[in-house]
Amino acid sequence: MTTATQPRGGARTADHPATTRSERLRRATRWWPALLLVVVFTVPYSALPLPGLLDGPIGSPGNLQLLALCLVFGALATGYDLLLGRTGLLSFGHALYFAAGTYVTNTVMLEAGLSFAVSALLGLLAGVALSALLGAVSLRVSGIGFSMVTLAFAQAGSILVQRDPGGVTGGEEGRAAPAERLPASLVGIEHTANLYWIALAYLVLVLVVVQWTVRSPIGRVWEGIKENERRVEVLGLRPYGFKLAAFVLAGTLAALGGIVYLLLTGGATPQATTSDFTLSLLVMVVLGGTGTRWGPMVGGILYTWADHRLGDLAGSGAVAGLPSVLRVPLSQPLFLLGALFVAVIYLLPGGVVRLPARLRGARTSRATADREEVLQP
Amino acid sequence: MSTVVLLTFTGLGLGALYFLVASGLSLIFGLMDVLNFAHGALLSVGAYGTWWAASGHLPGAGPAGAGFAFAVVFGTAVGTVAAVLLELAVIRPLYTRPREQILATVGVGLAVPALLSAIWGSDARPFPGPKALSGTFGLLGAEVPLNRIVLIGAALVVLTALKLFLGRTRHGLVVRAGVEDRAMVTALGIDVRKAFTLVFAIGGAAAALGGALGGLYFGSVDPEQGTSLLIFAFVVVVTGGMGSLTGAALASVAVGLVQQFANYYTTAGLGDLAVVVLLAALLLVRPRGLTGRLA
Repeated sequence: MTTATQPRGGARTADHPATTRSERLRRATRWWPALLLVVVFTVPYSALPLPGLLDGPIGSPGNLQLLALCLVFGALATGYDLLLGRTGLLSFGHALYFAAGTYVTNTVMLEAGLSFAVSALLGLLAGVALSALLGAVSLRVSGIGFSMVTLAFAQAGSILVQRDPGGVTGGEEGRAAPAERLPASLVGIEHTANLYWIALAYLVLVLVVVQWTVRSPIGRVWEGIKENERRVEVLGLRPYGFKLAAFVLAGTLAALGGIVYLLLTGGATPQATTSDFTLSLLVMVVLGGTGTRWGPMVGGILYTWADHRLGDLAGSGAVAGLPSVLRVPLSQPLFLLGALFVAVIYLLPGGVVRLPARLRGARTSRATADREEVLQP
Repeated sequence: MSTVVLLTFTGLGLGALYFLVASGLSLIFGLMDVLNFAHGALLSVGAYGTWWAASGHLPGAGPAGAGFAFAVVFGTAVGTVAAVLLELAVIRPLYTRPREQILATVGVGLAVPALLSAIWGSDARPFPGPKALSGTFGLLGAEVPLNRIVLIGAALVVLTALKLFLGRTRHGLVVRAGVEDRAMVTALGIDVRKAFTLVFAIGGAAAALGGALGGLYFGSVDPEQGTSLLIFAFVVVVTGGMGSLTGAALASVAVGLVQQFANYYTTAGLGDLAVVVLLAALLLVRPRGLTGRLA
């Protein structure tokens, strides 16, 4: 108790070598993200098998593709949390800005015949413009009205894409990206590692941007809006502009993610425009933990991995041999994920990233309870 | 002229379907501040319950006559039970966490259609209906399908019953007072949580009835039907002003008609877009919806 109340400078004196060592340790462990980044970066060079988690060696093209998808969705969830966890805006239309990046880039390449770089730039600009325009309209209503308006806009986008106006979106089939317009180093199964690194770079970019803006003065106002919008107004700030800034930033990051996704999957499909897509982002964020630094990323990676691996599991012989009461629900990954999601809301408020802290908390409280029992005769 | 009549009735039929979903949504939101994303799932449960019974799995129920009526009652009952279970098992433990309530309904809304497609497949199943309801009748030179009239009639009955229930009974009074000011009702010593379960049961029954009759309207059932209807029901709820039954009725008629006419006279799909654009325009002019109720 006494060490905790001492001033910080006192803890660094030579009288407390234990504290110094733990502080040095803490300072060293602060760099674990960098270490993790190096490990993740070198994954394509590794042939390490992860039985149960992945099929075959970790560096195989199939696994790299899955891991890259995980990273992209980790980044998308992090960007979405800018709205949900940082500003308190429950948007149901995030898929629209993601799809804008994917579809505009792909369509410009296909129809106008421009190079990938120019098309990607246009796709990103489309995401910025669309999120600015629709955000400006939908933020005029607050609370659940905002959620519904964003949902309606996204639904309009989804309908538009599926109706295939003028044959540019490819309707329900979607359209494959033109291989001849893409850089040669990004096409083909032997270049999956490059795509993986692009996905990793996108994730790092999103994490840095989100972390940086959240710590900036704007981020403080976002936090204020999340806690109590009226009090922000009382301070003489207009929440509208700040909320719009968060909306456009999140939309832009999503559009960028759409472009990376286009490269990764080699085409644009209407599944990316549906409200289910936004809902899955929501599930990822809540699964990992809203408003935390790593939570949305962890949730996105877990969800994407589970979605793919559960699909494989459903097709495997282990499930086919089960009685139908178990086999039928297990054959639907979405059922398992939905049920898991509800369970997480109940049992793990704050998401998966709060799990270690909760376990630690439970252990300390049990330890205190034990000690009290010992003290009492 | 005949086209206009046909489009009007189809639009009204669609509006009736929207109303059956939106009335429950609107009441639940007004009373509990829960945006029920599982409402589409309740509709699907009702549709599948009716389909299952009408396909001859339930003794006494069948695709014709009284058997079909029994199947519809069965489907509605299954939907009501599902709604009560949803409220008791999922919503009730989360009363102190409003946002988590919405998220939990999102989870249920994802899981239930997945479960339905796991059991009966993700393809649309043809919906058995009585011969008497699959015919048409002549009106001003148009051949109007009878199922439109059934839907409009059902929606009118539900609207009248809800109005009477809310206006004339003690439980209805509690619900209305709860929509107005929940904290005050609790302070007066009335257990609002009973009203919560009641409203969920009513909303679930209306949605399940919508699912059962929607099967007639579309001629088939599929697991995603409820979810796709839900989005337009949301549009209706916002347009009508959340928590307002009359607003929901007016808005569902408007949305259904605009959608049908725009889809016919312009290109297909534009009607769905027009509805969304109208919603945005309305919210810009009147942020609280048609009836000006507090959101």
